[in-house]
Amino acid sequence: MTAGATAQPAPGVATRPPSGLAHRIDRLLLPLYTLGVVSYLALPVLVMILFSFNDPTGRANLNFRHFSIDAWLDPFGRPGLEEAVFNSLWVAFGATVISTILGTLIALALVRYGFRGRGATNMLIFLPMSTPEVVLGASLLTMFVSTTNLPFIPQGVLFPLNIRTILIAHVMFCISYVVVTVKARLQNFPRHLEEAAMDLGANEWTTFWKVTFPLILPGVVAAALLAFSLSIDDYVITSLTSGQTDTFPIYIYGASLRGIPVQVNVIGTIIFASAVLLVVISTLWQRRQSFRDFSSTRQVE
Amino acid sequence: MADVAVRLVQLTKRFGGDTTGRRVAKYVDDANADQGFLAVDHIDLDVNEGEFFSLLGPSGCGKTTTLRMIGGFEQPTDGRIELQGEDVTYLPAYKRNVNTVFQNYALFPHLTIYENVAFGLRRRKVSDADVKKRVTEMLELVELPGYEARKPGQISGGQAQRVALARALVNKPAVLLLDEPLGALDLKLRKQMQIELKRIQQEVGITFIYVTHDQEEAMTMSDRIAVMNHGHYEQLGDPEVLYERPRTRFVAGFLGVSNLLPASADGRDDRYANFRLSDGTAVRVPIAVIQDRAGTLALGVRPEKIRLLEEKDESPAGYNRVAGRIVHASYLGVSTQYIVQLKDGHRVTVYEQNVTRATKAELWSSGEDVVLCWAPEHCFVVEDAGGMAAAEADRELAAVV
Ligand SMILES: Nc1ncnc2c1ncn2[C@@H]1O[C@H](COP(=O)(O)OP(=O)(O)O)[C@@H](O)[C@H]1O
Ligand SMILES: [Mg+2]
Repeated sequence: MTAGATAQPAPGVATRPPSGLAHRIDRLLLPLYTLGVVSYLALPVLVMILFSFNDPTGRANLNFRHFSIDAWLDPFGRPGLEEAVFNSLWVAFGATVISTILGTLIALALVRYGFRGRGATNMLIFLPMSTPEVVLGASLLTMFVSTTNLPFIPQGVLFPLNIRTILIAHVMFCISYVVVTVKARLQNFPRHLEEAAMDLGANEWTTFWKVTFPLILPGVVAAALLAFSLSIDDYVITSLTSGQTDTFPIYIYGASLRGIPVQVNVIGTIIFASAVLLVVISTLWQRRQSFRDFSSTRQVE
Repeated sequence: MADVAVRLVQLTKRFGGDTTGRRVAKYVDDANADQGFLAVDHIDLDVNEGEFFSLLGPSGCGKTTTLRMIGGFEQPTDGRIELQGEDVTYLPAYKRNVNTVFQNYALFPHLTIYENVAFGLRRRKVSDADVKKRVTEMLELVELPGYEARKPGQISGGQAQRVALARALVNKPAVLLLDEPLGALDLKLRKQMQIELKRIQQEVGITFIYVTHDQEEAMTMSDRIAVMNHGHYEQLGDPEVLYERPRTRFVAGFLGVSNLLPASADGRDDRYANFRLSDGTAVRVPIAVIQDRAGTLALGVRPEKIRLLEEKDESPAGYNRVAGRIVHASYLGVSTQYIVQLKDGHRVTVYEQNVTRATKAELWSSGEDVVLCWAPEHCFVVEDAGGMAAAEADRELAAVV
């Protein structure tokens, strides 16, 4: 009986002994596949970085001629570029802050409270994510223009278009992503922790700041990073709501008609490097704070 | 008369249904589905100062809901909660001088053990020096000194349990509420923590209200127990009283094994009432045991109280004697468990210590005719509201055991 039982292979263990060739292919397949995927993702970026060190003749930065760091020494050395980059940063920063605050509050309301119109709000939140950007942009444009007929919105606030209208548009589509991200974090939030806080004498406000917020913070940070990255490289909606204002993507599109300057690669590289740095930092932080994973709270029932 | 720590007056909780029906609920029939589910049904209860009080009952009988209403996490549909004489029915949880040990511990995963325990003190703006002193004391009481800097993810279940206890007790609440706090521990640790909990309770002298579905756990620790079923308690008393003198079939079945035999009253003298079992045997029961029990009654006797004799053997004077036949015997080492069938078909469980009979030849075996005998004082009488209720209680019991 016992002998028979031990002779049985444990479930999940392959019964087929590794044969020579098949085994070697097995072992090669995963690294090869991984290499393929990584190059597919990384090559365009590497090209961008490489060409930031180019010294092209003429306007087009299309053939690699000479190695040069001229563009790196003068990253804003084209008219309008500096203003476009700072517009982008300003909009991205503003849209991130506003949409993260509003989105987190909306997510809290949607997950925690039953109220009239909750189902409708849940659906509406998905609209900006599922509607084609062109349609959204065009609708926003129509809306901004039509405010000129409203007596209570003075000229210059929403029309003519300017950086404020870009900000409003970006907040609008960023909110959806923030809500969805924070909601995911809240959905499996252990409510008994909040009850425990109240039990120990914390009122609603203290409970939120001492327990709820620290525990959803990773979700909020992830949502903010997402919002920032969505805003800073948005072209379609921005182009329809920007009027005369240039953002970095709009500048590139304009420049591409004449030939993209090397400085664009430089700034692109800087943005890429900052993004990588941010991701690394946030990964390290999350790992150090892995306790915030709810799986580490005991769930018995 | 001891001071009352917690008083529940007609406390009622109805889930779902018409939530605006707070006023209406009381007048509506329980079976009315529109009114939702009646989880706690008009409970009146006094828990005394310094007492270890248990709410015992099967899963779903409303223990947690009752406790959560006392803690302030659930709004009563009706009734009142008094804490040391003060009405706290509508006070939020954070304004009640009550702390809870949650079943899943609910330790804050982002705070160290020290900060977890200090959480309540910090809310009351206790000075850092005092916080340090009291947290250290408390961690010593639960035998966890040196764990201050760890996070809840870095300690075992048993330790988390102790931290949860320390975190609640450090606030010196008027009442400590514990919802199956040992439910997640393995048997050995559980037994150890039962003794530990009782020791701590006696040391700090705080009123404990303890919720459990484990009758042994409740009996080990409690001063008094309320046995709950369907949203109210069927009997309240000391563990011994509940075991020796259960009032209802449910209580008799929930605390230990019991033999219940239908019996009809057949006159009484000044000390004993006579009953007749359905096989015609006359049985005597002290009148004191019957108290105010009314309606259809059933006679009970615990398996360890019964002795097995041969037909020819004498039994002590005045003992009840009933004839039967062994249908099953299982040898358990310390004792032997017999199933004996009476003449009317009822089956009775008997535990016999393996003292006078120990070897296989000496033990009773299947098919032997025996006489069961027991002292009249070992009888109890339960109110038995007909076969329907009895069958239902048995089914519930089967689901629990
Ligand atoms: N929030 C709720 N909504 C609806 N029904 C509930 C809720 N909480 C508990 N109940 C019901 O109330 C009854 C009593 O629950 P509970 O007090 O948790 O029982 P116990 O702790 O004794 O197992 C159960 O039938 C349960 O399904
Ligand atoms: Mg429960």
